[in-house]
Amino acid sequence: MKAIVGVKRVIDYAQRIRVKADKTGVETVGVKMSMNPFDEIAVEEALRLKEKGHVKEVVAVTMGPQQNQQILLNAMAMGADRGIHVLTDAPLEPIHVAKLFKKIAETEKPDLFILGKQAIDDDSNQTGQMLAGLLNWPQATNISKVEVEGGKLKITREIDGGLQNLESSLPAVLTADLRLNEPRFATLPNIMKAKKKPTDKKTPEELGVDVNPRIQTIKVDEPPVRQAGKKVETVEELLEGLKKLGVI
Amino acid sequence: YSTLVLGEHDNSQLLPSTLSAVTAAKQLGKEVNILLAGSFKDAGAISKQAAAIAGVNRVLVANNAQYEHATPESVSPLLKKCQDKVKATHIIAPSTASGKNILPRTAALLDVSAISDVMKIQSEDTFVRPIYAGNALSTVKSNDPIKVLTIRTTAFDKCADNGGSAEIEDIDGDASEIHTKWISEDTKKSARPELTAANVVVSGGRGLKSSENFKLIEELADELNGAVGASRAAVDAGYVSNDLQVGQTGKIVAPQLYIAVGISGAIQHLAGMKDSKVIVSINKDTEAPIAQVADLILTKDLFEAVPQLTKAIKDSRGK
Repeated sequence: MKAIVGVKRVIDYAQRIRVKADKTGVETVGVKMSMNPFDEIAVEEALRLKEKGHVKEVVAVTMGPQQNQQILLNAMAMGADRGIHVLTDAPLEPIHVAKLFKKIAETEKPDLFILGKQAIDDDSNQTGQMLAGLLNWPQATNISKVEVEGGKLKITREIDGGLQNLESSLPAVLTADLRLNEPRFATLPNIMKAKKKPTDKKTPEELGVDVNPRIQTIKVDEPPVRQAGKKVETVEELLEGLKKLGVI
Repeated sequence: YSTLVLGEHDNSQLLPSTLSAVTAAKQLGKEVNILLAGSFKDAGAISKQAAAIAGVNRVLVANNAQYEHATPESVSPLLKKCQDKVKATHIIAPSTASGKNILPRTAALLDVSAISDVMKIQSEDTFVRPIYAGNALSTVKSNDPIKVLTIRTTAFDKCADNGGSAEIEDIDGDASEIHTKWISEDTKKSARPELTAANVVVSGGRGLKSSENFKLIEELADELNGAVGASRAAVDAGYVSNDLQVGQTGKIVAPQLYIAVGISGAIQHLAGMKDSKVIVSINKDTEAPIAQVADLILTKDLFEAVPQLTKAIKDSRGK
């Protein structure tokens, strides 16, 4: 099997998010960027499927500006076999990303897409579902377990209030949730090796995908600040306060 | 032109999230249609329940075994068909596990973008949604002919479930080729409300010190008819299972009342609960960052304070 994993470059999860003064977005200058954590989990799962002998090749795909090359190198340092970089400075929406993945699927003919369930910047949680729809493939989102058995996938998904178990045929699109695995760290020798792994560069134009925005960001605001709370000394005072606020 | 709401249900009853989605739909000022897709034993009863929702014009009912588990492969093409039938300009579903699973796929079939987790509808094409786990709010304008939205149920009050008299119409979906097979579901058969839908959430952190001590949290939650949550620290320490985790990487909740017990308030936890209407912190540590978002702060040993609070609430009810 061939697996394609998607890797997005986002503001590192540990960074403090600051809204720009002109409200056009959030501050990215001088801010540490990393691979989207859910994408790291997706890469790890593809590598584990390879180590178990189910997957032969893991191809990592990133989309975005030149700097995304670093994220692709990270994926290859973890163990992905090669990379594809869809080079563009246009801000991409999930529908664009899904269409670009579909084009890549037409030439790469993968059996499996593993993507992160969402990116921690726009929190959309859409790309995997859209890709599955465009390809007319089965989808399993928010997965916390996957096993290959008799040419089928046995999947556990996280749903509201618990877990759902599914069986799916291949090819399929999966999206990784937090508890699927713990991603490995790239070792120094593997980081060196990654630099020698092949990377294809393509543009949305070459792939024939229109990436004109469908959605316009009007402004980005700070969330409303909460007023300083009231300190109470006793349980009775707390209860009184709750009654005053009308929640008990 | 009209709106189309994907109704959520458990194949016998509508779920409250549907009422929030209808509220959002009504704000657009157009005709409101609800689609019920499921495998209903009593389609008549659930249709009537939907038809009684105030302000709903039409209920479309697709009663077929293929919709039993709401797989996106079956429901997305059906939504597309219904969109065409009622000429919907807006498709709306609650931003639940199911809604998030289905709507983006539907958007792709319609060749439009989707907008997730809408918190506010400013106009028919402009919406406010959280980004960066709620650390920023983005106002976005959709230029697509059809807007596909999932809405945060905590941001839209539930509309009245009575007083309406919508038309009911059966609709046949096309048989979809389904490549996923539903095997089973392990959902907690709990009398407590679901974490993301609860009006009250009581969460415990590392301060609880053990799995057994979470009983204190459960007792307080039960007294308030609330759900039980936990911080990542408590989950990592193995006190509770990970489906209870509230935070950036867990569940995002915004109940009327959130009680944080023995939780220090790491950024990642705050991101998951800071939109709650009223936040209470019970924590010995006066320096804990949770105090910055809490409305009421009780600086007291939780092992003493929580049972007292549970009892005090019980007593005050008794009066």
